[in-house]
Amino acid sequence: MIRFEHVSRRYPPGIDALKDVSLSVAPGEMILIGGHSGAGKTTLLKLIAAIERPSSGTVLVRGQNVGALKPAALPYLRRNLGMVFQDQKLLFDRNAFENVMLPLSIAGFSPKEAGKRARAALDKVGLLAREKALPIALSGGEQQRLAIARAVVNRPSILLTDEPTAHLDPETARDVAAILRDFHQVGVTLLIATYDDALFAAFATQRLILSHGKLPT
Amino acid sequence: MNAWLVQHGKALKWALQRLMAAPTNTLLSLIAIGIALALPAGGQMLLGNALQLARNSSNINATPQISLFLSLDADKKTADNISIRLRNHAGVKQVRFISRDETFKRMQSGENLAEVLAALPRNPFPDAFVITPNDDGPAAMEQLRSEFRNWPKIEHVQLDSAWVRRLDAMLRLGRTATALLTVLLGLGLVAITFTTIRLQVLTQRAEIEVSRLLGATDSFIRRPFYYFGALQGLAGGAVAWLIVLGVSGLLNRPVAELAELYNTSVVLQSLTTGESITLLALAGSLGWLGAALSLRQHLKYPD
Repeated sequence: MIRFEHVSRRYPPGIDALKDVSLSVAPGEMILIGGHSGAGKTTLLKLIAAIERPSSGTVLVRGQNVGALKPAALPYLRRNLGMVFQDQKLLFDRNAFENVMLPLSIAGFSPKEAGKRARAALDKVGLLAREKALPIALSGGEQQRLAIARAVVNRPSILLTDEPTAHLDPETARDVAAILRDFHQVGVTLLIATYDDALFAAFATQRLILSHGKLPT
Repeated sequence: MNAWLVQHGKALKWALQRLMAAPTNTLLSLIAIGIALALPAGGQMLLGNALQLARNSSNINATPQISLFLSLDADKKTADNISIRLRNHAGVKQVRFISRDETFKRMQSGENLAEVLAALPRNPFPDAFVITPNDDGPAAMEQLRSEFRNWPKIEHVQLDSAWVRRLDAMLRLGRTATALLTVLLGLGLVAITFTTIRLQVLTQRAEIEVSRLLGATDSFIRRPFYYFGALQGLAGGAVAWLIVLGVSGLLNRPVAELAELYNTSVVLQSLTTGESITLLALAGSLGWLGAALSLRQHLKYPD
Protein backbone atom coordinates (compact mmCIF):
# COMPACT_ATOMS: atom_id res chain seq x y z
CA MET A 1 0.00 0.00 0.00
CA ILE A 2 2.88 2.37 0.89
CA ARG A 3 6.45 1.90 -0.29
CA PHE A 4 9.59 4.00 0.17
CA GLU A 5 12.45 3.20 -2.21
CA HIS A 6 15.77 4.79 -1.18
CA VAL A 7 14.06 8.01 -0.16
CA SER A 8 16.08 10.99 1.03
CA ARG A 9 14.89 14.42 2.00
CA ARG A 10 17.36 17.23 2.32
CA TYR A 11 16.57 20.74 3.57
CA PRO A 12 18.72 23.77 2.80
CA PRO A 13 21.54 24.36 3.60
CA GLY A 14 22.20 20.62 3.44
CA ILE A 15 20.45 19.11 6.46
CA ASP A 16 19.35 15.51 5.82
CA ALA A 17 15.95 14.84 7.42
CA LEU A 18 15.74 11.39 5.81
CA LYS A 19 18.60 9.39 4.34
CA ASP A 20 18.09 6.47 1.96
CA VAL A 21 14.96 5.16 3.66
CA SER A 22 13.26 2.08 2.22
CA LEU A 23 10.17 0.54 3.77
CA SER A 24 6.95 -1.19 2.85
CA VAL A 25 3.52 -1.05 4.49
CA ALA A 26 0.83 -3.62 3.66
CA PRO A 27 -2.92 -2.81 3.81
CA GLY A 28 -4.34 -2.98 7.34
CA GLU A 29 -0.97 -2.69 9.04
CA MET A 30 -0.33 -0.50 12.02
CA ILE A 31 3.13 1.01 11.87
CA LEU A 32 4.75 2.69 14.78
CA ILE A 33 7.43 5.20 13.80
CA GLY A 34 9.70 5.98 16.72
CA GLY A 35 12.84 7.95 17.21
CA HIS A 36 14.24 10.98 18.92
CA SER A 37 13.05 14.49 18.25
CA GLY A 38 14.27 15.55 14.80
CA ALA A 39 14.79 11.94 13.70
CA GLY A 40 12.64 12.46 10.59
CA LYS A 41 9.27 11.02 11.74
CA THR A 42 7.19 14.01 10.65
CA THR A 43 9.08 14.31 7.38
CA LEU A 44 8.30 10.67 6.61
CA LEU A 45 4.55 11.26 7.10
CA LYS A 46 4.65 14.49 5.08
CA LEU A 47 6.24 12.65 2.17
CA ILE A 48 3.36 10.16 2.13
CA ALA A 49 0.81 13.01 1.94
CA ALA A 50 2.96 14.85 -0.62
CA ILE A 51 3.17 17.84 1.71
CA GLU A 52 6.86 17.52 0.97
CA ARG A 53 8.63 15.99 -2.00
CA PRO A 54 11.60 13.63 -1.75
CA SER A 55 15.00 14.99 -2.75
CA SER A 56 15.71 11.55 -4.18
CA GLY A 57 14.10 8.13 -4.26
CA THR A 58 10.45 7.16 -4.79
CA VAL A 59 7.41 7.28 -2.52
CA LEU A 60 4.60 5.05 -3.73
CA VAL A 61 1.09 5.23 -2.24
CA ARG A 62 -1.31 2.66 -3.72
CA GLY A 63 1.13 2.29 -6.59
CA GLN A 64 1.15 6.03 -7.32
CA ASN A 65 4.47 7.90 -7.29
CA VAL A 66 3.34 10.78 -5.08
CA GLY A 67 6.61 12.66 -5.38
CA ALA A 68 5.99 13.10 -9.09
CA LEU A 69 2.36 14.22 -8.80
CA LYS A 70 1.42 17.57 -10.32
CA PRO A 71 -0.01 20.14 -7.88
CA ALA A 72 -3.48 19.74 -9.45
CA ALA A 73 -3.48 16.01 -8.56
CA LEU A 74 -2.51 16.44 -4.90
CA PRO A 75 -6.05 17.16 -3.59
CA TYR A 76 -7.32 13.80 -4.82
CA LEU A 77 -4.44 11.97 -3.07
CA ARG A 78 -5.06 13.81 0.19
CA ARG A 79 -8.81 13.19 0.20
CA ASN A 80 -8.05 9.47 0.51
CA LEU A 81 -5.69 9.99 3.43
CA GLY A 82 -6.61 10.91 6.99
CA MET A 83 -4.10 13.16 8.69
CA VAL A 84 -3.75 14.13 12.34
CA PHE A 85 -1.17 16.87 12.52
CA GLN A 86 1.26 17.46 15.37
CA ASP A 87 -0.24 20.94 15.88
CA GLN A 88 -3.73 19.65 14.99
CA LYS A 89 -4.45 22.54 12.63
CA LEU A 90 -7.99 23.08 13.90
CA LEU A 91 -9.85 26.20 12.78
CA PHE A 92 -10.42 28.20 15.92
CA ASP A 93 -13.18 30.39 14.46
CA ARG A 94 -15.32 27.33 13.71
CA ASN A 95 -17.01 25.01 16.16
CA ALA A 96 -16.27 21.28 16.47
CA PHE A 97 -19.03 20.28 14.05
CA GLU A 98 -17.89 22.80 11.42
CA ASN A 99 -14.28 21.64 11.75
CA VAL A 100 -15.32 18.06 11.03
CA MET A 101 -17.58 19.20 8.17
CA LEU A 102 -14.66 20.84 6.31
CA PRO A 103 -13.23 17.71 4.60
CA LEU A 104 -16.74 16.67 3.59
CA SER A 105 -17.47 20.08 2.06
CA ILE A 106 -14.20 19.84 0.17
CA ALA A 107 -15.13 16.37 -1.10
CA GLY A 108 -18.50 17.72 -2.31
CA PHE A 109 -20.91 15.86 -0.03
CA SER A 110 -24.46 17.18 0.20
CA PRO A 111 -25.08 19.12 3.44
CA LYS A 112 -27.46 16.41 4.68
CA GLU A 113 -25.07 13.50 4.09
CA ALA A 114 -22.12 15.54 5.37
CA GLY A 115 -23.99 16.42 8.57
CA LYS A 116 -24.78 12.74 9.19
CA ARG A 117 -21.18 11.68 8.66
CA ALA A 118 -19.77 14.52 10.76
CA ARG A 119 -22.02 13.65 13.72
CA ALA A 120 -21.11 9.97 13.39
CA ALA A 121 -17.39 10.87 13.50
CA LEU A 122 -17.89 13.14 16.51
CA ASP A 123 -19.85 10.38 18.21
CA LYS A 124 -17.04 7.89 17.51
CA VAL A 125 -14.53 10.07 19.38
CA GLY A 126 -17.00 10.96 22.15
CA LEU A 127 -17.50 14.62 21.20
CA LEU A 128 -21.07 14.63 19.89
CA ALA A 129 -22.33 16.48 22.95
CA ARG A 130 -19.73 19.19 22.30
CA GLU A 131 -20.38 19.74 18.61
CA LYS A 132 -21.20 23.43 19.11
CA ALA A 133 -18.06 24.14 21.17
CA LEU A 134 -15.24 26.18 19.67
CA PRO A 135 -11.84 24.42 19.80
CA ILE A 136 -10.59 27.00 22.32
CA ALA A 137 -13.26 25.76 24.75
CA LEU A 138 -12.08 22.13 24.42
CA SER A 139 -9.39 20.49 26.55
CA GLY A 140 -6.13 19.26 24.97
CA GLY A 141 -7.47 15.71 24.80
CA GLU A 142 -10.74 16.84 23.28
CA GLN A 143 -8.90 18.89 20.68
CA GLN A 144 -6.85 15.83 19.77
CA ARG A 145 -10.00 13.73 19.47
CA LEU A 146 -11.58 16.43 17.34
CA ALA A 147 -8.53 16.35 15.04
CA ILE A 148 -8.94 12.55 14.78
CA ALA A 149 -12.66 12.92 13.99
CA ARG A 150 -11.82 15.34 11.17
CA ALA A 151 -9.13 12.97 9.87
CA VAL A 152 -11.44 9.94 9.70
CA VAL A 153 -14.72 11.57 8.64
CA ASN A 154 -13.96 10.85 4.96
CA ARG A 155 -13.44 7.16 5.90
CA PRO A 156 -9.87 7.03 4.57
CA SER A 157 -8.08 3.73 4.10
CA ILE A 158 -4.82 5.24 5.40
CA LEU A 159 -4.56 7.30 8.59
CA LEU A 160 -1.36 9.25 9.33
CA THR A 161 -0.98 10.57 12.86
CA ASP A 162 1.88 12.72 14.07
CA GLU A 163 2.48 12.66 17.84
CA PRO A 164 -1.21 12.02 18.62
CA THR A 165 -0.61 11.83 22.37
CA ALA A 166 1.91 14.61 22.80
CA HIS A 167 1.17 16.95 25.71
CA LEU A 168 -1.69 14.76 26.97
CA ASP A 169 -1.99 13.33 30.47
CA PRO A 170 -1.60 9.50 30.66
CA GLU A 171 -5.33 8.80 30.97
CA THR A 172 -6.28 11.02 28.00
CA ALA A 173 -3.39 9.57 26.00
CA ARG A 174 -4.77 6.06 26.64
CA ASP A 175 -8.23 7.20 25.42
CA VAL A 176 -6.72 8.57 22.21
CA ALA A 177 -4.70 5.36 21.72
CA ALA A 178 -7.87 3.31 22.16
CA ILE A 179 -9.68 5.34 19.49
CA LEU A 180 -6.80 4.81 17.04
CA ARG A 181 -6.75 1.08 17.84
CA ASP A 182 -10.48 0.91 17.04
CA PHE A 183 -9.84 2.39 13.59
CA HIS A 184 -7.02 -0.09 12.99
CA GLN A 185 -9.31 -2.94 13.96
CA VAL A 186 -11.80 -2.03 11.22
CA GLY A 187 -9.06 -2.30 8.59
CA VAL A 188 -7.59 1.20 8.42
CA THR A 189 -3.86 1.26 7.66
CA LEU A 190 -2.36 3.31 10.46
CA LEU A 191 0.99 5.08 10.68
CA ILE A 192 1.72 6.65 14.06
CA ALA A 193 4.76 8.83 14.57
CA THR A 194 5.36 8.95 18.32
CA TYR A 195 7.99 8.86 21.00
CA ASP A 196 5.43 7.22 23.32
CA ASP A 197 6.19 3.67 22.06
CA ALA A 198 4.78 1.88 25.06
CA LEU A 199 1.26 3.16 24.50
CA PHE A 200 0.95 1.65 21.03
CA ALA A 201 3.48 -1.18 21.06
CA ALA A 202 0.90 -3.78 22.06
CA PHE A 203 -1.06 -3.47 18.81
CA ALA A 204 1.62 -2.36 16.33
CA THR A 205 2.36 -4.76 13.48
CA GLN A 206 5.68 -3.11 12.67
CA ARG A 207 8.03 -0.79 14.55
CA LEU A 208 10.36 1.52 12.72
CA ILE A 209 12.91 3.46 14.71
CA LEU A 210 14.43 6.38 12.90
CA SER A 211 17.77 7.75 13.98
CA HIS A 212 19.13 10.90 12.36
CA GLY A 213 16.94 10.27 9.33
CA LYS A 214 17.97 6.67 8.86
CA LEU A 215 16.35 3.31 9.50
CA PRO A 216 18.63 0.60 10.94
CA THR A 217 19.67 -1.84 8.26
CA MET B 1 -24.21 18.59 -11.02
CA ASN B 2 -25.77 18.63 -7.57
CA ALA B 3 -22.35 18.65 -5.87
CA TRP B 4 -21.27 21.43 -8.24
CA LEU B 5 -24.29 23.52 -7.29
CA VAL B 6 -23.72 22.84 -3.58
CA GLN B 7 -20.08 24.00 -3.89
CA HIS B 8 -21.11 27.20 -5.69
CA GLY B 9 -23.94 27.82 -3.22
CA LYS B 10 -21.50 27.50 -0.33
CA ALA B 11 -18.96 29.80 -1.99
CA LEU B 12 -21.68 32.41 -2.57
CA LYS B 13 -22.90 32.12 1.01
CA TRP B 14 -19.33 32.47 2.30
CA ALA B 15 -18.79 35.57 0.16
CA LEU B 16 -22.01 37.16 1.45
CA GLN B 17 -21.04 36.34 5.04
CA ARG B 18 -17.60 37.90 4.57
CA LEU B 19 -19.17 41.06 3.10
CA MET B 20 -21.55 41.27 6.07
CA ALA B 21 -18.84 40.45 8.62
CA ALA B 22 -17.26 43.92 8.36
CA PRO B 23 -20.18 46.21 7.43
CA THR B 24 -18.29 49.50 7.79
CA ASN B 25 -15.42 48.37 5.57
CA THR B 26 -17.85 46.93 3.05
CA LEU B 27 -19.92 50.12 3.02
CA LEU B 28 -16.87 52.32 2.49
CA SER B 29 -15.63 50.10 -0.34
CA LEU B 30 -19.06 50.15 -1.97
CA ILE B 31 -19.26 53.94 -1.72
CA ALA B 32 -15.79 54.28 -3.30
CA ILE B 33 -16.72 51.89 -6.12
CA GLY B 34 -20.13 53.52 -6.50
CA ILE B 35 -18.69 57.02 -6.91
CA ALA B 36 -16.02 55.75 -9.30
CA LEU B 37 -18.63 54.13 -11.52
CA ALA B 38 -21.22 56.89 -11.14
CA LEU B 39 -18.96 59.40 -12.95
CA PRO B 40 -18.82 57.59 -16.33
CA ALA B 41 -22.40 56.36 -15.90
CA GLY B 42 -23.55 59.93 -15.18
CA GLY B 43 -21.55 61.16 -18.17
CA GLN B 44 -23.30 58.62 -20.36
CA MET B 45 -26.67 59.75 -18.99
CA LEU B 46 -25.94 63.44 -19.63
CA LEU B 47 -24.69 62.66 -23.13
CA GLY B 48 -27.91 60.81 -23.93
CA ASN B 49 -30.00 63.64 -22.53
CA ALA B 50 -28.05 66.33 -24.41
CA LEU B 51 -28.50 64.48 -27.69
CA GLN B 52 -32.21 63.96 -27.04
CA LEU B 53 -32.64 67.60 -26.10
CA ALA B 54 -30.93 68.75 -29.28
CA ARG B 55 -33.07 66.45 -31.42
CA ASN B 56 -36.34 67.47 -29.73
CA SER B 57 -35.70 71.18 -29.60
CA SER B 58 -37.93 73.25 -31.88
CA ASN B 59 -35.40 76.07 -31.97
CA ILE B 60 -32.48 73.99 -33.02
CA ASN B 61 -32.78 71.50 -35.80
CA ALA B 62 -30.33 68.86 -34.69
CA THR B 63 -31.20 66.57 -37.56
CA PRO B 64 -28.75 67.45 -40.30
CA GLN B 65 -30.41 68.43 -43.58
CA ILE B 66 -29.42 69.34 -47.14
CA SER B 67 -31.14 72.14 -49.08
CA LEU B 68 -31.30 71.95 -52.90
CA PHE B 69 -32.06 75.21 -54.73
CA LEU B 70 -33.21 74.90 -58.35
CA SER B 71 -32.27 77.39 -61.03
CA LEU B 72 -34.79 80.15 -61.60
CA ASP B 73 -35.69 78.86 -65.08
CA ALA B 74 -36.62 75.38 -63.80
CA ASP B 75 -40.25 74.63 -64.60
CA LYS B 76 -42.77 72.47 -62.66
CA LYS B 77 -41.97 69.35 -64.72
CA THR B 78 -38.29 69.64 -63.86
CA ALA B 79 -39.17 70.05 -60.17
CA ASP B 80 -41.41 66.97 -60.34
CA ASN B 81 -38.63 64.89 -61.95
CA ILE B 82 -36.13 65.93 -59.30
CA SER B 83 -38.67 65.16 -56.61
CA ILE B 84 -39.12 61.60 -57.98
CA ARG B 85 -35.34 61.08 -58.21
CA LEU B 86 -34.89 62.24 -54.64
CA ARG B 87 -37.69 60.07 -53.25
CA ASN B 88 -36.19 57.00 -54.98
CA HIS B 89 -32.64 57.78 -53.82
CA ALA B 90 -31.23 55.22 -51.36
CA GLY B 91 -29.43 57.86 -49.32
CA VAL B 92 -32.50 60.02 -48.79
CA LYS B 93 -34.81 59.50 -45.86
CA GLN B 94 -37.25 62.40 -46.28
CA VAL B 95 -37.95 65.05 -48.92
CA ARG B 96 -39.85 68.29 -48.47
CA PHE B 97 -40.59 70.58 -51.44
CA ILE B 98 -40.80 74.33 -50.86
CA SER B 99 -42.13 76.20 -53.89
CA ARG B 100 -40.80 79.63 -54.84
CA ASP B 101 -44.29 81.12 -54.26
CA GLU B 102 -44.40 79.66 -50.74
CA THR B 103 -41.02 81.18 -49.96
CA PHE B 104 -42.05 84.55 -51.42
CA LYS B 105 -45.21 84.64 -49.27
CA ARG B 106 -43.28 83.72 -46.12
CA MET B 107 -40.72 86.41 -46.78
CA GLN B 108 -43.43 88.99 -47.44
CA SER B 109 -44.93 88.30 -44.03
CA GLY B 110 -41.56 88.95 -42.39
CA GLU B 111 -40.72 92.33 -40.93
CA ASN B 112 -38.81 94.86 -43.10
CA LEU B 113 -38.88 92.65 -46.19
CA ALA B 114 -42.37 93.36 -47.54
CA GLU B 115 -41.45 96.72 -49.00
CA VAL B 116 -38.25 95.45 -50.58
CA LEU B 117 -40.00 92.49 -52.17
CA ALA B 118 -42.85 94.66 -53.46
CA ALA B 119 -40.31 96.79 -55.29
CA LEU B 120 -38.91 93.81 -57.19
CA PRO B 121 -40.17 93.17 -60.73
CA ARG B 122 -40.55 89.38 -60.17
CA ASN B 123 -40.20 86.64 -57.54
CA PRO B 124 -36.42 86.24 -56.93
CA PHE B 125 -36.67 82.97 -55.01
CA PRO B 126 -36.10 79.53 -56.55
CA ASP B 127 -37.98 76.31 -55.90
CA ALA B 128 -36.22 74.28 -53.21
CA PHE B 129 -36.05 70.81 -51.69
CA VAL B 130 -35.12 70.12 -48.04
CA ILE B 131 -33.70 66.63 -47.64
CA THR B 132 -33.15 64.52 -44.55
CA PRO B 133 -30.45 61.95 -45.34
CA ASN B 134 -30.41 58.36 -44.05
CA ASP B 135 -26.82 58.71 -42.85
CA ASP B 136 -26.20 62.07 -41.19
CA GLY B 137 -22.47 61.58 -40.76
CA PRO B 138 -20.30 64.38 -42.18
CA ALA B 139 -18.72 62.16 -44.85
CA ALA B 140 -22.03 60.79 -46.11
CA MET B 141 -23.53 64.30 -46.20
CA GLU B 142 -20.58 65.60 -48.19
CA GLN B 143 -20.92 62.76 -50.69
CA LEU B 144 -24.63 63.53 -51.21
CA ARG B 145 -23.87 67.21 -51.76
CA SER B 146 -21.30 66.39 -54.45
CA GLU B 147 -23.78 64.09 -56.19
CA PHE B 148 -26.73 66.54 -56.13
CA ARG B 149 -24.56 69.39 -57.35
CA ASN B 150 -24.13 67.59 -60.67
CA TRP B 151 -27.85 67.09 -61.29
CA PRO B 152 -29.37 69.27 -64.05
CA LYS B 153 -31.13 72.46 -63.03
CA ILE B 154 -29.66 72.34 -59.51
CA GLU B 155 -28.24 75.77 -58.90
CA HIS B 156 -26.96 75.40 -55.37
CA VAL B 157 -26.68 72.70 -52.72
CA GLN B 158 -26.48 73.90 -49.16
CA LEU B 159 -25.28 71.59 -46.48
CA ASP B 160 -25.81 72.36 -42.82
CA SER B 161 -22.27 71.09 -42.31
CA ALA B 162 -21.18 73.51 -39.63
CA TRP B 163 -23.90 72.33 -37.30
CA VAL B 164 -23.35 68.69 -38.26
CA ARG B 165 -19.65 68.99 -37.59
CA ARG B 166 -20.19 70.81 -34.30
CA LEU B 167 -22.69 68.23 -33.11
CA ASP B 168 -20.49 65.37 -34.27
CA ALA B 169 -17.42 66.86 -32.58
CA MET B 170 -19.30 67.44 -29.35
CA LEU B 171 -20.65 63.91 -29.33
CA ARG B 172 -17.22 62.51 -30.12
CA LEU B 173 -15.69 64.54 -27.29
CA GLY B 174 -18.41 63.42 -24.89
CA ARG B 175 -18.06 59.78 -25.89
CA THR B 176 -14.26 59.88 -25.64
CA ALA B 177 -14.41 61.55 -22.22
CA THR B 178 -16.93 58.96 -21.01
CA ALA B 179 -14.83 56.08 -22.38
CA LEU B 180 -11.68 57.47 -20.72
CA LEU B 181 -13.50 57.88 -17.43
CA THR B 182 -14.86 54.34 -17.72
CA VAL B 183 -11.39 52.88 -18.31
CA LEU B 184 -9.66 54.92 -15.59
CA LEU B 185 -12.30 54.48 -12.92
CA GLY B 186 -12.82 50.84 -13.94
CA LEU B 187 -9.13 50.35 -13.18
CA GLY B 188 -9.84 51.98 -9.82
CA LEU B 189 -12.53 49.39 -9.13
CA VAL B 190 -10.12 46.59 -10.06
CA ALA B 191 -7.52 48.09 -7.70
CA ILE B 192 -10.00 48.35 -4.82
CA THR B 193 -11.07 44.71 -5.30
CA PHE B 194 -7.44 43.60 -5.64
CA THR B 195 -6.61 45.07 -2.23
CA THR B 196 -9.79 43.82 -0.56
CA ILE B 197 -9.16 40.27 -1.79
CA ARG B 198 -5.53 40.43 -0.66
CA LEU B 199 -6.74 41.29 2.87
CA GLN B 200 -9.32 38.50 2.73
CA VAL B 201 -6.63 36.00 1.70
CA LEU B 202 -4.43 37.13 4.59
CA THR B 203 -7.34 36.82 7.04
CA GLN B 204 -8.21 33.34 5.76
CA ARG B 205 -4.64 32.05 5.50
CA ALA B 206 -5.10 29.37 8.20
CA GLU B 207 -8.27 28.06 6.61
CA ILE B 208 -6.66 28.02 3.17
CA GLU B 209 -3.67 26.06 4.47
CA VAL B 210 -5.84 23.51 6.29
CA SER B 211 -8.18 23.16 3.30
CA ARG B 212 -5.22 22.38 1.04
CA LEU B 213 -3.97 19.75 3.47
CA LEU B 214 -7.42 18.18 3.55
CA GLY B 215 -7.62 17.89 -0.23
CA ALA B 216 -9.20 21.13 -1.42
CA THR B 217 -8.61 21.89 -5.09
CA ASP B 218 -7.34 25.26 -6.21
CA SER B 219 -10.74 26.16 -7.62
CA PHE B 220 -12.46 25.21 -4.34
CA ILE B 221 -10.18 27.64 -2.49
CA ARG B 222 -10.42 30.42 -5.06
CA ARG B 223 -14.16 30.22 -5.79
CA PRO B 224 -15.42 32.13 -2.69
CA PHE B 225 -12.97 34.96 -3.41
CA TYR B 226 -14.20 35.23 -7.01
CA TYR B 227 -17.75 35.49 -5.70
CA PHE B 228 -16.62 38.07 -3.16
CA GLY B 229 -15.03 40.25 -5.86
CA ALA B 230 -17.97 39.92 -8.25
CA LEU B 231 -20.53 40.61 -5.51
CA GLN B 232 -18.62 43.64 -4.27
CA GLY B 233 -18.38 44.98 -7.83
CA LEU B 234 -22.05 44.30 -8.47
CA ALA B 235 -23.10 46.00 -5.24
CA GLY B 236 -20.80 48.95 -6.10
CA GLY B 237 -22.50 49.11 -9.51
CA ALA B 238 -25.89 49.22 -7.78
CA VAL B 239 -24.65 52.11 -5.60
CA ALA B 240 -23.47 53.91 -8.77
CA TRP B 241 -26.89 53.35 -10.35
CA LEU B 242 -28.59 54.82 -7.28
CA ILE B 243 -26.24 57.83 -7.32
CA VAL B 244 -27.03 58.52 -10.99
CA LEU B 245 -30.74 58.09 -10.30
CA GLY B 246 -30.54 60.48 -7.32
CA VAL B 247 -28.49 63.07 -9.19
CA SER B 248 -30.83 63.05 -12.20
CA GLY B 249 -33.78 63.47 -9.80
CA LEU B 250 -32.09 66.38 -8.04
CA LEU B 251 -31.09 68.09 -11.31
CA ASN B 252 -34.47 67.69 -12.94
CA ARG B 253 -36.12 70.77 -11.40
CA PRO B 254 -33.28 73.28 -12.01
CA VAL B 255 -32.82 71.97 -15.57
CA ALA B 256 -36.56 72.31 -16.22
CA GLU B 257 -36.48 75.89 -14.87
CA LEU B 258 -33.53 76.73 -17.11
CA ALA B 259 -35.27 75.20 -20.12
CA GLU B 260 -38.37 77.28 -19.45
CA LEU B 261 -36.28 80.42 -19.96
CA TYR B 262 -35.62 79.17 -23.54
CA ASN B 263 -39.31 78.41 -24.12
CA THR B 264 -38.79 74.68 -24.08
CA SER B 265 -39.50 71.85 -21.66
CA VAL B 266 -36.95 69.27 -20.53
CA VAL B 267 -37.26 66.16 -18.36
CA LEU B 268 -33.90 64.53 -17.55
CA GLN B 269 -33.99 60.82 -18.31
CA SER B 270 -31.96 58.52 -16.04
CA LEU B 271 -30.08 55.47 -17.40
CA THR B 272 -32.06 53.24 -19.76
CA THR B 273 -32.68 49.58 -18.88
CA GLY B 274 -29.93 48.55 -21.28
CA GLU B 275 -27.46 51.05 -19.82
CA SER B 276 -28.36 49.95 -16.28
CA ILE B 277 -27.78 46.28 -17.10
CA THR B 278 -24.49 47.15 -18.81
CA LEU B 279 -23.39 49.14 -15.74
CA LEU B 280 -24.15 46.26 -13.35
CA ALA B 281 -22.58 43.64 -15.62
CA LEU B 282 -19.45 45.75 -16.09
CA ALA B 283 -19.15 46.37 -12.34
CA GLY B 284 -19.53 42.66 -11.53
CA SER B 285 -17.02 41.67 -14.21
CA LEU B 286 -14.44 44.22 -13.05
CA GLY B 287 -14.85 42.96 -9.47
CA TRP B 288 -14.28 39.42 -10.68
CA LEU B 289 -11.20 40.59 -12.63
CA GLY B 290 -9.78 42.34 -9.55
CA ALA B 291 -10.28 39.15 -7.54
CA ALA B 292 -8.66 37.02 -10.26
CA LEU B 293 -5.58 39.27 -10.44
CA SER B 294 -5.27 39.38 -6.66
CA LEU B 295 -5.58 35.59 -6.29
CA ARG B 296 -3.02 35.08 -9.02
CA GLN B 297 -0.62 37.23 -7.02
CA HIS B 298 -1.43 36.15 -3.47
CA LEU B 299 -2.67 32.57 -3.69
CA LYS B 300 0.04 30.70 -5.49
CA TYR B 301 -0.05 26.95 -4.98
CA PRO B 302 3.04 25.91 -3.00
CA ASP B 303 5.13 23.43 -4.92
